[in-house]
Amino acid sequence: MATERSGLAIKSLAVFKKDVLSEFRTRYAIGAILMFALVTVVAVGFASARIIIEKNMQAILFWLVIYFASVAGLGQSFIKEEESRTALALRIYAPASAIFAGKYLFNLLLLIFLEAIIVPIYAGLIGLEISCAELFVMVLIMATLGLAGSTTIIGAIISKASIKGALFAVLSFPIVLPLLIMAISGTQKALNSNLELADGLAELKVLLSYAVVMTVAGFMLFDYVWHD
Amino acid sequence: MRLILENISMRFADRVIFENISITIEKGEVLTVSGPNGSGKTTLVRIIASLLRPTMGRASLQVGNIEYSGYQRLFQVGLVAPDLYLYDELTASENLGFFSQMAGIKTTDFSAELEQFGLRGRGGDLVKSYSSGMKQRLKFILALLRKPPLLLLDEPMANLDPAGKQVVEEIIKRHEGITVLATNEESDLKYGNRTIRLGD
Repeated sequence: MATERSGLAIKSLAVFKKDVLSEFRTRYAIGAILMFALVTVVAVGFASARIIIEKNMQAILFWLVIYFASVAGLGQSFIKEEESRTALALRIYAPASAIFAGKYLFNLLLLIFLEAIIVPIYAGLIGLEISCAELFVMVLIMATLGLAGSTTIIGAIISKASIKGALFAVLSFPIVLPLLIMAISGTQKALNSNLELADGLAELKVLLSYAVVMTVAGFMLFDYVWHD
Repeated sequence: MRLILENISMRFADRVIFENISITIEKGEVLTVSGPNGSGKTTLVRIIASLLRPTMGRASLQVGNIEYSGYQRLFQVGLVAPDLYLYDELTASENLGFFSQMAGIKTTDFSAELEQFGLRGRGGDLVKSYSSGMKQRLKFILALLRKPPLLLLDEPMANLDPAGKQVVEEIIKRHEGITVLATNEESDLKYGNRTIRLGD
């Protein structure tokens, strides 16, 4: 059993490394994500140049940017496998669980990269003032884990469809909605003064549960999605 | 080792592709599947690989005491097919390294395999720089990597020069498991000791 688990870990990392190398050489997903995110943040920044955006609205806009940038890019790792017709070789030679775990790690890396760029630019342009940094970071981490889990399984489901982009947005919205609501609420608390980490515990618990449920459900469902 | 096809039928909507194919292939035998374009050769290969479910019937592979009737059969297969693609943006060695890791093989040196298929010194080249014949040779190396009991060859001679065809001929002769060869070429039928003709 232990050998099987370490085997799965090695294979998952191999899928992850292959995706990173592939992305480094083609810039298939990162281009889509970054362009969308940067254009959106700059557009929001210019549009709000003469008005002060209220803190609750800042949190809403922040998560909308992250969500739509994710929709633009996080399904790409599976879509690319189908479009470049490498999915067949992957189906034959790679175990489904390793593919899911590898793609999940890759989406996680893309999200972290996206947030590392978006957060400072957004903060600079919008004038984001974070009152409780611990809560903000915790919300960001939990929501990122959940978003990576849900977009990975949705990406696998839509990769075989003919209208992938539209389907990804339609399918992901109801699934990601609970995460967005909690992430926005948690971020609003992190931005408002006089609040501490403990005040956002309810949101953090829901975000953690969402991340666990989506990742475990993704693992369990992926075998059927991938081989059917 | 035994490949069993029982009353395999396939339809796409109202169109019958083939009906009631039943055959048992033993270890060491080569099954050739022939027929004109659109007769269902690739479809049958995909059913045997468990990439496609037949409308009716059952396919299974027995290896020792284990019977593979579901998609687990896929992991017993080596496939060479026109619709199988490798990663263009990776080198040949990176592709082989990745897929051998997936198959649980620890080899990192593929020089012997590359040499056998006439790709010596080209392992470090990106697959996108390969000709279609070289890509076909690379598919063979990949198919044989995990020493599969079931070797499925769909139009294996496509894009190959005479030297490449000779290597493939040797592989078909030497393969110790079961080989299924789907072909349009009458000249390829000589490799098989069992035959299914589709579209008759």
